[in-house]
Amino acid sequence: MQKDVHSLLESSEFKSLVAKRAKISILLTILLFLSYYGFVLLIGYNKPFLAQKLSEATATTLGIPLAISVILASWLLTVIYVVWANAIYDPEVKRLRAKLFGK
Amino acid sequence: MPPVTEQAAGAIQTTLGTPTAPAIIFFLIIVAITLAITYWAAKRTKTTKEFYAAGRSVSAIQNGLALSGDYMSAASFLGIAGMVALKGYDGMIYAVGWLVGWPALMFLIAEPLRNLGKFTFADVVAFRLKQTPVRIASAIGGILTVLFYTIAQMVGSGSLVKLMFGLPYEIAEIIVGVIMLAYVLFGGMLATTWVQIIKAVMLLCGVTGMMLVVLAKFNFDPGSLYSAVATQYGQGALEPGGLITNPIDAVSLGLALMFGLLGLPHILQRFFTVPDAKAARISVLYATGFIGYFYIIIPIVGFGAAALIGRDVITNIDKGGNMAAPLLAEFLGGTPFLGFIAAVAFATILAVVAGLTLAAASSFSHDIYVHVIKKGNATEQEEMRASKIATLIFGVVAVGLGILFKGQNVAFMVGLAFAIACSANFPALILSIFWKKFTTAGAVWAILTGAFLAVGLIIISPTVWVDIFKNPKGSELFALKNPAIVSMTASFLVGYFVSLLTKDETAEQKFEDEKLRTYLGVGAE
Repeated sequence: MQKDVHSLLESSEFKSLVAKRAKISILLTILLFLSYYGFVLLIGYNKPFLAQKLSEATATTLGIPLAISVILASWLLTVIYVVWANAIYDPEVKRLRAKLFGK
Repeated sequence: MPPVTEQAAGAIQTTLGTPTAPAIIFFLIIVAITLAITYWAAKRTKTTKEFYAAGRSVSAIQNGLALSGDYMSAASFLGIAGMVALKGYDGMIYAVGWLVGWPALMFLIAEPLRNLGKFTFADVVAFRLKQTPVRIASAIGGILTVLFYTIAQMVGSGSLVKLMFGLPYEIAEIIVGVIMLAYVLFGGMLATTWVQIIKAVMLLCGVTGMMLVVLAKFNFDPGSLYSAVATQYGQGALEPGGLITNPIDAVSLGLALMFGLLGLPHILQRFFTVPDAKAARISVLYATGFIGYFYIIIPIVGFGAAALIGRDVITNIDKGGNMAAPLLAEFLGGTPFLGFIAAVAFATILAVVAGLTLAAASSFSHDIYVHVIKKGNATEQEEMRASKIATLIFGVVAVGLGILFKGQNVAFMVGLAFAIACSANFPALILSIFWKKFTTAGAVWAILTGAFLAVGLIIISPTVWVDIFKNPKGSELFALKNPAIVSMTASFLVGYFVSLLTKDETAEQKFEDEKLRTYLGVGAE
């Protein structure tokens, strides 16, 4: 078992699994950052942009749908992660575990 | 529909502040149901696994609801509705910040946390490091976070109950303390989880109902709701106002909200109640969905209160605007609806304080008693007994502090709790999971630096130095209202440099093997 554990940890499949997870975690976190801090900095540096009305007919400002979009985008990013994890990560984990135990 | 401001401010007809029949009935129903759940849970709570982690029997969607319930506190519901009512769009900006930590939680730590830990987040931080010093440091960071959060909740709950039911403050504190202790002492995590789930469902239904009725009054056209607000209070109500003046302060607050979540012990402990890492991941998906939905519809409630009730009336009852939502409930659905919302707000308080108490008790009994005092050799019974004693002590302390801080402006304590969480708990947690060279000394120094810097900087910040200590405006020693950008960065830097200076061979060697458990869940408890 020790030898199996060691060879699994050294295997390129395991290393690539760890790398894949790192990549997607970082990517999605960056997107989250861009969406939220982008919104915050936009407010900090360009209030008039958010204050502009959607049209002459309404009082609704651009800021309102924008705030809602940041919330929706955040949730969508979690959906993307779950879809990736279910489709790619979990099956690979299952396979590697079977390799370790199923012999 | 003429706004109620046309009546003389203060002459508003409201039953707020008096114990009305519907309010009492709903309140008693909620207490009865939750105590029945506690009785059911008590029969199933015999082992530490059941007391701390509900026997790992909680499903993803149940945990998603419990997490949402834990997070959507009364302060969140009433506070943000009130903020939108009184300040308009700024309340929406604030609301967005509360949601964004959840995706970060999922991407960065939900699954490793579940795989590596047993009952507390300190399990994960101390996984391959020396137990005693790391457990003590984590307990300090964890208990400080929970303590400030709890004081804010207890003080808030006392004034809320007084405003809604007319009960004396001290009586309210004692009632909250007794009931929530019943949940935790007898039903442990199983009871608190189900209380949170029920409360979350009621809260979501109640707020959805309010939103729908508000929109109905405006022909289901949000645009005309916003127009009504703009007509009454000026276009400024729909534009960013004074909330974000200093971009650095705003980013600092954002960092605290986003990463503080990843360091809140009472949230992290819920990840040990699900069977495996996949369930942990999915539960965050659900939680993000419920919470996101909540923060999207709350502004409608807030704007509705401003348009239909009027800011004057709201501030007359409570300057902070916390009664905006209950007043709106009464306006839309009479005393029964108000009674329901008041009872839900009360249930919210009970559930959150119960969760906080369990987190503090777990930290003391599982981290300090078992791993530091008993060096890992405590029997089930000993650990159970320690947990219950710690629960009782923390419950009494919570009530005592609530009474001690009566009337104080403790709103800043929630911000402080988040600042400590993101500066002390989060850096050590994430470095421990992902960085090979992280050492025991690095962990201890990172946690202590983060914690004390966060507390210290907030004390000399405008929030405390000027607003609370009443020093002259502009005399604050630290410019930012939220220290996160400084204290969190400092914690990471300290953790990094101290680790490089103090090599820990054992910890480094364990890192590769630990990956088996982190990524594949092999050996997860």
